[in-house]
Amino acid sequence: MPRVTFTTTIQRHVTCPPADVPGRTVREVLDAVFAANPAARSYVLDDQGAVRRHMVVFVNGRQIADRVTLTDAVAPDAKVYVLQALSGG
Amino acid sequence: MSDRLFVATRKGVFTLARAPGRVSRARPRWQVARAQFLGDNASMVRPDRRDGWVYVALGLGHFGVKMHRSKDRGRTWEACATPAYPTKPEGLDEREPNSQRPIPWNTELVWALEPGHASEPGVLWCGTLPGGLFRSRDRGASWELVESLWRHPKRPGWFGGGAEWPGLHSVCVDPRDARRVTVGVSCGGVWQTGDGGRTWQQRAQGMRAAFMPPERAYDPDVQDPHCVVQCPVAPNVFWAQHHNGIFRSTDGSASWTEITGKPSSFGFAVAVHPHDPDTAWFVPGISDEHRIPPKGKVVVSRTRNGGKSLQVLSKGLPQAHAYDLTFRHALDVDETGERLAFGTTTGALYVSENGGDSWEAASEHLPPVYCVRFG
Repeated sequence: MPRVTFTTTIQRHVTCPPADVPGRTVREVLDAVFAANPAARSYVLDDQGAVRRHMVVFVNGRQIADRVTLTDAVAPDAKVYVLQALSGG
Repeated sequence: MSDRLFVATRKGVFTLARAPGRVSRARPRWQVARAQFLGDNASMVRPDRRDGWVYVALGLGHFGVKMHRSKDRGRTWEACATPAYPTKPEGLDEREPNSQRPIPWNTELVWALEPGHASEPGVLWCGTLPGGLFRSRDRGASWELVESLWRHPKRPGWFGGGAEWPGLHSVCVDPRDARRVTVGVSCGGVWQTGDGGRTWQQRAQGMRAAFMPPERAYDPDVQDPHCVVQCPVAPNVFWAQHHNGIFRSTDGSASWTEITGKPSSFGFAVAVHPHDPDTAWFVPGISDEHRIPPKGKVVVSRTRNGGKSLQVLSKGLPQAHAYDLTFRHALDVDETGERLAFGTTTGALYVSENGGDSWEAASEHLPPVYCVRFG
């Protein structure tokens, strides 16, 4: 299963341990994480479900292209990182 | 008489307490008792005098807007719900009129937070960028968008004033009638409901926008009231610090009369005396393009006669090379009308205990101040 790891800076606000979750796209993987940890959802996604402007998501070291509908593919053994963008200060 | 002040700043929320006994320059009357949410951008703090709860809105740079509440007057906090916009209808093309960029259906900033009517315990009102008004009926455990205003055909015409997006910054709940609520929008005028939010009417007739072509200067829909307040004992009286002037209404916001400020008409904040509709305070800056105090002197202006004349109050305030600006929520008056406080962009906090006649610095080293509230 893909493994999702969150930035350490988010942990001050909401606990987000690494999670092994099913899913073939970024949307499916993050939905699975947030189903188990609903409080974390709004820290990563905005009201419309897009990646927040100052957050970034990497899949196997590559930043995702679709930040709005999260359709980037995720392989079964992928490593997904949810990090803060430097643009957010 | 309020002995406690809540201050929301660019880097945390501070609670100041009034020290009993003798005070001196080294030991000021008002001192920081608590520093919380340190490092976090706090746009708003709001104590609710009805039940002692306190609410804070944070704008976390990476993680978005978040709200917290305290049941014990600010000692401890818990996360609560944040107003969130519904799913934007597919294909809807709404653009901010100036930039022509799509309006985000997303809470970008909490810009107003007000307790509801005395008869509605637990009700809160919340104004946001990009212009949505929200209501909570359960002390912030959940929020609902006031759809009637958000879907009003005039709303997509609202535009940003200073900010990137339009914003709803003032909420006045009529003490005579919980269903009558008046809100201020930058830029979009003054809106009022008389039926608990089912329908809304524009109420900025008489306001003048110097930033528009002459033929549209009195168009209510383009007005930029920076802050709107309502007198609790005479709720037909409203005061507004507008982008280019001070305005007053004595007929429940049906019409507004312009008042020339002193030493200038530009500013963001206004406070009205809780027992005297003719008394109001302002913290002037030079002008739109010079957002600093006139002549480098921080002053408060006060009228006691409904705006016929204004006094400039400076005792205890810095009078040389001071470049403090006071934002719209950074001035407050307590329930007696005697105690006032205002905070500034340079991190100063001044308190008066005699209606503004004289001021003391409670601190001159806070982060930039966004909101000051007695509670």
